Order: sequence, then structure tokens, then C-alpha cells
Amino acid sequence: MAVELEAAGGQCRLRPFSCELGLLSRPDGSATFLQGDTSVLAGLYGPAEAKISKELPDRAALEVLLRPKVGLPGVLERSREQLLRQTCEAVILGVLHPRTAISLVLQVLSDAGSLLSCCLNAACMALLDAGLPLAALFCGVTCALQPDGTILLDPTARQEQEARAILTFAIASSERKVLMATTKGSCSVEEMQQCLAAAQRAADTIFQFYRDSVRRRYSKS
Amino acid sequence: MAAAFKTVEPLEYYRRFLKENCRPDGRELGEFRTTTVNIGSITTADGSALVKLGNTTVICGVKAELAAPAVDSANKGYIVPNVELPSLCAERFRSGPPGEEAQAASQFIADVIENSQMIVKEDLCIANGKLAWVLYCDIICLDYDGNLLDASVFALLAALKNVHLPLVTINEETGLSEVNLKQKNPLIIRKHPVATSFAIFDDTLLIVDPTAEEEDLATGTVTIVTDEEGRLCSVHKPGGSPLTGAKLQDCITRAITRHKEVKKLIDKVIKSITPK
Repeated sequence: MAVELEAAGGQCRLRPFSCELGLLSRPDGSATFLQGDTSVLAGLYGPAEAKISKELPDRAALEVLLRPKVGLPGVLERSREQLLRQTCEAVILGVLHPRTAISLVLQVLSDAGSLLSCCLNAACMALLDAGLPLAALFCGVTCALQPDGTILLDPTARQEQEARAILTFAIASSERKVLMATTKGSCSVEEMQQCLAAAQRAADTIFQFYRDSVRRRYSKS
Repeated sequence: MAAAFKTVEPLEYYRRFLKENCRPDGRELGEFRTTTVNIGSITTADGSALVKLGNTTVICGVKAELAAPAVDSANKGYIVPNVELPSLCAERFRSGPPGEEAQAASQFIADVIENSQMIVKEDLCIANGKLAWVLYCDIICLDYDGNLLDASVFALLAALKNVHLPLVTINEETGLSEVNLKQKNPLIIRKHPVATSFAIFDDTLLIVDPTAEEEDLATGTVTIVTDEEGRLCSVHKPGGSPLTGAKLQDCITRAITRHKEVKKLIDKVIKSITPK
């Protein structure tokens, strides 16, 4: 089922969100997340039996695969996989499932800006759909710093190109702490703090959206 | 007795030191290891630098070649960084195609170059649409003892400051390029980015310049790259324990202090090798 939400907070406006849970039959958890025209499909398998070479004795081993829309995965995808993997590892209670493997596969369906935050949101929804034990939820927010200094949340591809800095944060649901941060372009320290504050405010809207999606899913079936 | 405890309970062993606000190697929580840099050791490269951060040893070699610029950016040259973690540097790296850590590090270095604008690609262009420089920056880790990113960024900066490019002109009549090896100009470095890495322990404690053991025990890492104007070129926090905005601000303040120390070191080394 799909849930639509549009959020506006002062000048920080997010694009319309949409999400569908449990659409794939094979993975244990799956979700598709749409932010404006950007959409990512996530599938999660796990906890499943791990290869002996990959298993960890005290916790679950997480593997993330990010497939771009066109072409083979390159260095950029590998670097994003590392960001996603370490973000998920920080929230998944892996110690409850030692010597198992959890595989998260993300497929980019369309990219119209804010791709990394869309991947983060899709990953969290897939984790929720699979029912894995989590310490906290997380959401991804992208901020673009325009040349005149204004902050734009959830930028489109065009806005990203014109911006002088793009900051992506993964915000945890417990006390809105920063789980992951990555920046492109340079900015001053004050600007970064302002973007972080704006991202934390936007996170409230996204977490409310998560609740509504999951409530809708389980109230109907 | 202490060695046995360290093997059996490494995290508890480490916490005993942290309670006293120090680390097993005697450093304080905010102290860096001894940093040494050696410039120009590879004579076959156009620029090179060897950086040692404690035991972590990283060497960077820069080779300049000529190529035609891309069609959509006819006035821009290329900078191609590559970080290699050969199986020589630590036993967990196997030989074969680059693993995730090497690829993520290469992407990080490429982002730092792009974000800080330390080299403007337009400066590498010789003739618009016809000829431009390609700088291949190979960063190879020789000994991995933690804090790879700091050492790599430092080695790259020092190597690029050491690069001297020969003057290239295009002959009007033949249309071929002529390289004048006698006349060499240093590369124009506009900004000097410096990386500072922190390890997060038990979700609260921040430790600067982690060794390989500390990185294994840590619950997260943060790397901040600043330039000389105090601007942030990169905030790289790849997952790990969540941090509040205030803690992130502490990291940034420490990174700005570290930048001054590193800049002084680089200036001293460059001055010492410049022929008088």
C-alpha cells in the first residue's frame, strides 16, 4: 500500500513522499521509497545462514549491495555501500543473531536528486518490513546550500547541480542524533550546523511518515 | 599478565586506560602520533611524498601525462586519485581486486580534491579542447596502523606541492606539442585541506588519531577535512554510533587546531627542499 505525505516547514520543504512495503515475495523484507521523482527499491534477506568465511562469532554480518540504474557498480557505489552498511550496523541489534548473514540489496529505479537519502529511507523501511530488531530508526535527509546561502531540503537534480554544497545526514530516531554525515562541496562551520538543525527538524516529519506507513500496512491485513 | 588480559578482554583492557584519560601507547585522548614527512623521494615520479603517522606509512606518487580534454569540459584537465591497500600493509588485506576499504578511500580522496578545490582543473588545461594534463595520484599504504585517511590526504597534499610540470607549448605550424623539460613550474595549489580522524568509543568518548587496534574496538569513526580558512571541505561520518551536533562541533574545533600544526609542518619541509 502507498501512503502520500507532503511536508512544509518554513522555507524547508520536502518533496512528496510515497512508500510501498512488502511488494516483493522472495525477500524477507522489501520496500520501495519515492521522494519526488527519485525512487529506490530495497530488498532484505536475513537473518540467514552465513558462509563460514563471512560469519562473525558474536553478531550478524551485514552486507549491502547498491545497484545503479545503468551500468555496473563502480567506486562511488562501493563507497555508498560502506556508508549504508555502517549506518545499518549501528542500529541493527546484531548480537541477537550471531553467526548469521543479513543482505540488503538496493536498486536505483530513478534518480532525480537526493539519491543517498532515498536509499537510507528505503533501507530503513525494508528493515522494518523484515521485522529485524532495531535499536532505533533512521532517516536520510539531504540539504543543499545554494550560492546565496539559503538552505534547501530534499533538492532535485537541478538544484543539486546549482548548489555550492550538498550535505546528507542520517538522523536516528532516538534524540535526533547524527548517525551518518557526508558532504560534497565546502561550507563554513555555521552553515553545516544550520543544515544539521534543519535536517533534524525534517526528520520528525519523516519518522511520522514511517509510523503512518507501518500502521496502514498492519491495520488492513 | 596484562598481555593475557588484553587477549581475552581487549575492550575491558582498553576501558581501564580510558578511565584514566589516556591510551595504551601513552598518548592523551586528543594527542596525535608523531608525524613525519619526506618529500621528493621517488625520482621517477613528477612529485612524491612519504608520510608516517606513528606506524602508519603512506606514500603518494604523482605522475603527469598529456591527454585530450573531455568534449563537454574542453578547458579542464584531469586528476585521478587511487588508494591502494596492498596485502603488504596488513594481514587482513588479500591480494586481488581492490576491496571495499580501498575503493571507499579512493572515493573519499577524490571528493576531498573536488570539494576543497585544491587544484582547479582549469589550471591543468594547456590548449582549450586539444591538450590538458592528467595527474595520476597513486597513494599506497605501506604499513597500516590505523588512520589511513589522514595520512593519505597529507601525503597527497605534500606530493602535489612537490610536483613540477614542464612547460608545454603547441607548435603553430605542425600542431604537435612540444615539451620543454628544462623549464619546470610548480603546480598551483589553491587550498590546503587537512584531514583529522576520530574514533568513537562506547557511544560517547572521542579519540583522535586511532591506531589499528583502537579502530577495531571503536563503535564508529568521524573524519573532518578543513582548509586554511576554517571552512569544512568534508564531514565524513560513515555510520557508527550516533553523535549529537555538539560533539560534532568539538571534532570540528579539534580539526581546525590540527590544520594549523600540519600546515606548519608542510611549509617547513617545502622550504627545506627548495633550492636557494
